[in-house]
Amino acid sequence: MTQPVLSVRDLSVAFFTRRGVLKALDRVSFDIAPGEVLGVVGESGAGKSLTGQSVIGLLEPPGRITGGEVLLHGKRIDNIAPDDMRKIRGRKIGMVFQDPLTSLNPLYKIGDQITETILTHLPVSAAEARQRAIALLTEVGIPAPERRIDSYPHEFSGGMRQRVVLALALCAEPELVIADEPTTALDVSVQAQIIALLKKLCRERGTAVMLVTHDMGVIAETADRVAVMYAGRIVEIGPVREVVQNPKHPYAQGLMGAIPTLEGGRDKLVQIEGAMPQLKNIPAGCAFNPRCPHAFARCFVEKPDLVPVDHSRVACFLFDENKAENAA
Amino acid sequence: MLAFILRRLAQSVAVLLSVAIIAFAMFRFVGDPVNQIVSLDTPAEQVEQVRKDLGLDKPVYIQFVRYIGNALQGDFGQSYQFRQPVTKLLAERAPATLELALMSALFSLLVGIPMGVYTALYRDGFGARLFQAVSLIGVSLPTFLIGILLIYLFSVHLGWLPSFGRGQVVKITENWTTGLLTISGIKALILPAITLGLFQMTLIMRLVRAEMLEVMRTDYIKFARARGLKTRAINFGHALKNTLVPVITIAGLQLGSIIAFAIITETVFQWPGMGVLFLKAVQNVDIPIMAAYLMMIAALFVLINLFVDLLYAAVDPRLRATIRES
Repeated sequence: MTQPVLSVRDLSVAFFTRRGVLKALDRVSFDIAPGEVLGVVGESGAGKSLTGQSVIGLLEPPGRITGGEVLLHGKRIDNIAPDDMRKIRGRKIGMVFQDPLTSLNPLYKIGDQITETILTHLPVSAAEARQRAIALLTEVGIPAPERRIDSYPHEFSGGMRQRVVLALALCAEPELVIADEPTTALDVSVQAQIIALLKKLCRERGTAVMLVTHDMGVIAETADRVAVMYAGRIVEIGPVREVVQNPKHPYAQGLMGAIPTLEGGRDKLVQIEGAMPQLKNIPAGCAFNPRCPHAFARCFVEKPDLVPVDHSRVACFLFDENKAENAA
Repeated sequence: MLAFILRRLAQSVAVLLSVAIIAFAMFRFVGDPVNQIVSLDTPAEQVEQVRKDLGLDKPVYIQFVRYIGNALQGDFGQSYQFRQPVTKLLAERAPATLELALMSALFSLLVGIPMGVYTALYRDGFGARLFQAVSLIGVSLPTFLIGILLIYLFSVHLGWLPSFGRGQVVKITENWTTGLLTISGIKALILPAITLGLFQMTLIMRLVRAEMLEVMRTDYIKFARARGLKTRAINFGHALKNTLVPVITIAGLQLGSIIAFAIITETVFQWPGMGVLFLKAVQNVDIPIMAAYLMMIAALFVLINLFVDLLYAAVDPRLRATIRES
């Protein structure tokens, strides 16, 4: 197997507030292979975006990495000097944010923002950077790019702006793009276009993608593998087909059961009872135990680790080798 | 763009006309100007003659039209106390005040903006906290007290800088003198400029700081970081430029007030500017000077505001679009 672009090992993040330490990520581990699309799903506050921010080194205080490692091509990047990390951002790891309306600086022409990024990372002349910017704008589907390159962000629609944002994230040819809910703020009709574009651009370049979203439809269409997060942990990670069609973790089952289907008729969708716990009162043992229909004694005491089940890995004692022992 | 400027100019004319009405009304409300000119024992016929000569026997609106007509030609009448044309009196003193105002404005911008940026970027640092605390003093201490303290420290105690006057000045044109070309002139300018500009400086510093903190939280700054831009480019290119629109507004208004309210500083430093002249005019009910001063300041504010609007357009492309459309 080829070396993964990104390896996250036992990553823990905590918020150091006046009222105490809040654990936001708890020993999160995953790999992303070159050219692979990893979908990360979960409810709001599950730690999806935080994982992305930690990887690219943009955690904001009082948040801090308290343990684990982030490796890019096998090299640690979570403990390097700020300026070395800056050089990785944009160049090796690109990022796309949720809201294209606010992601672009309103006072600069989009062309200037693209060329500025290119010139920061690549040894090219200003004229070459501009050529590159025009080529990129063409690629992301901006009509008349030679003219539009001198337009300001407010002169574009939301969908067009997200295309510009994609061009910006990809302009220095990063090997990994973290897309943090790239379509949430967009019109439904535009969402599909942007996702298709993201997928196409990354496939052409062999760029790996970490796609953070809570839209299961987007995941099912785009991702190769999926990580399901709950209360700061990955509870299930595996090939998209397996996780979507045959989820194993009770939370993942609930999540997939909540996707409306065309064939589903008028039956009510499954709903997971209760709500995700707040960071300050995550229960002992498995964080999902208050809502889990299958919870048993061990779930309230021990935290389950990810164990292999079929092609996936699941953090649930239901799939522990010593299942019989549990029941007893 | 031209249409925008023309419309703004038309508005300015309306504003100035209203100010002119107020200025003109002063002549009538503060008392009969003829009584200010003649002495107590002037014979009644002579008083009438003066009244006729000055055109004060005509209806009010004709007087007003004449006043405006003269004002447009730069004639604001004679000062009661100096028996000289008001225009000449003001023109003689304007350079001193404008020079002082310009220097304090420069001081407040050149020191205030960097300090604001600094305190925003390192807001938990020792320096930033110190600036914040000191700026509170700058905002709350009255101008005259700052002036007196500065004089005490730098003139009386250390003896580095003069405590009053403009120093040696150089004549550039008939009415225009400058102290910027001589060492003693520049030395004389330092203390009053700091005194006058300190309040504005702290105001601008606090404004820039607040705006910077706001901008640093925006998505486009996060995105700029995620693109790996250099910190300097993010702070000064992307963030600072976005704080400029409110800063320009305040700085513009403040420049107007610096000129209009230089009175206190000029008094403290015996600065031979318009402020001192205005103060004397108030003491002696010298209405022509007061009226002319009022109109001049109004014209200045109108001009500055127009300039500020044009600056907005230069900074923010979104406003440029609105201006073009309107």
